[in-house]
Amino acid sequence: MSELLEILDMPFFRRALVAAALIGFTNGFVSGFVLLRRSSLTLSALCHTMLPGIVIVVLITGALTQAGAFMGALLAALIVGLGSVAITRNTRLPQSTALAIFFTTAFALGVLLLQYVHTSQNLEEWLFGSILSVSDADLKVFFAIACFTLLSATLFMRPLLLTLFEPNVAAVQGVGVRWMNYLLYALMIFALMASFQAVGPILSIGLLVVPGAIVSLFTNHTRWLFWGGGVVGCVSAILAVIISIPLNIPTGPAIVLVLGTLFILAYFCSPNYSPFKKSQTN
Amino acid sequence: MSKCSHSHTQGQTHELIIKDLEVAYRKNTVLEGINLHAYCGTSLALVGPNGAGKSTLLKAIAGLVKQRKGDITWSGENNVRTRGGEFAYLPQHEEVNWDFPITVRGVVEMGRYSQLGPWRRFTKKDDLAVERALALMEMDGELANRQISELSGGQKQRAFIARAVAQEAHVLLLDEPFTGLDRDHTANLTRLLRKLAQENSLVIASHHDVNTLADIFDEVMLLNKRVVACGECQSILSEENLDLTFSNMANV
Repeated sequence: MSELLEILDMPFFRRALVAAALIGFTNGFVSGFVLLRRSSLTLSALCHTMLPGIVIVVLITGALTQAGAFMGALLAALIVGLGSVAITRNTRLPQSTALAIFFTTAFALGVLLLQYVHTSQNLEEWLFGSILSVSDADLKVFFAIACFTLLSATLFMRPLLLTLFEPNVAAVQGVGVRWMNYLLYALMIFALMASFQAVGPILSIGLLVVPGAIVSLFTNHTRWLFWGGGVVGCVSAILAVIISIPLNIPTGPAIVLVLGTLFILAYFCSPNYSPFKKSQTN
Repeated sequence: MSKCSHSHTQGQTHELIIKDLEVAYRKNTVLEGINLHAYCGTSLALVGPNGAGKSTLLKAIAGLVKQRKGDITWSGENNVRTRGGEFAYLPQHEEVNWDFPITVRGVVEMGRYSQLGPWRRFTKKDDLAVERALALMEMDGELANRQISELSGGQKQRAFIARAVAQEAHVLLLDEPFTGLDRDHTANLTRLLRKLAQENSLVIASHHDVNTLADIFDEVMLLNKRVVACGECQSILSEENLDLTFSNMANV
């Protein structure tokens, strides 16, 4: 117990907790949009795109720095994300197909380039996250992302919801549907960028999908998805960081495992969907 | 091609004018040579076989599809962006995200967003418009608080019409509004469309039942890629015109 208290007092651990809170909240909030947009698979694709982004930056700069990896991943995700939107608008191809083409190509490129990277650098940390090593500068970035998410989502909540519900009706009602779609993409990509540090690009999709899914089992009100998702994401991430220390397990997988466990529990407790409740009423 | 013009009371400024409209998806021409001149205070039915371009014409008026040629003006403006809340559109069912966690009332409230913009709060006037729309479509009471995914096909349709009504738009563009409605609600919607036209809206709806046309609408446009005939229901709905519209010959 005293050991845990000692750790709690260490600056790296306090930074990790703040980071977990910010990242968890941002991702949980955005997970509501992911759910309504039905784009879990899309995001899974974008996550895999981050690998080549990081590898290319490492190859160009010759070093694996935080800022470099951030930029590389962001650029790769933006290119693939916006590229697939452009292809979809100009052809008959569904977006999932356009995205699948882009992301597999990018991922293949990443795997191919991986062999040219000198493995002395700790690439694994970048693929699966290292929230215990965040710096004060990182925290500022997470804070900025959280602010951008809350601000833009609050300002544009109505047009965003109209677009997600039925884009044609939204357009007739005067909503700039195309811009709202770009904003949704930006929100998701920024959220991914944040969770990237905590759980790494491959696992980050969990943080960006599960919180909203958990809340949706309990509510019929659209807005609850966002705030509820934010709270669930925040609490889960903090909890995972705290238990990962005494158990001595990596924090990235711990966060996703906590969320996955919560989802299973939520499913069994949900008033609307629980399999137990159903068998009682039948 | 034929021209559709109405001799309505002078001095009404709200008019929808379509001049020589042509719409194509890729290389397929879906509509061509469409002309229309319609005023607020009328209801117009679009009638034609499958693939005649009824939905496309509605979408073109709504500004949702690119036109290859021609001009659509509303109150002398041809900029879609400035119309904002003046147009309401009822899509066909399959285009809606039915998994959305939202109640019927929530859907109808969305209709008010075009008046309120992104930020303004709901006022009493908005609440009244929502309640009125719900009552008109008989979706008030317990039904109003139901999840949209739990509705029947006809109830979904009524919820969406209520949303368009709550928008209090000048022009209502309705894609097959009677789909899925039972007898009583068909009669109810008939009364509502008549009332809306009397209250000076312009109602344009695609419709497939030729027998009920004259009971519901003032005017009809017989459509098969081009306008076959257009005008007041009684004068237009002849055997000959209908044959011309629904036979394949009209496509040639």
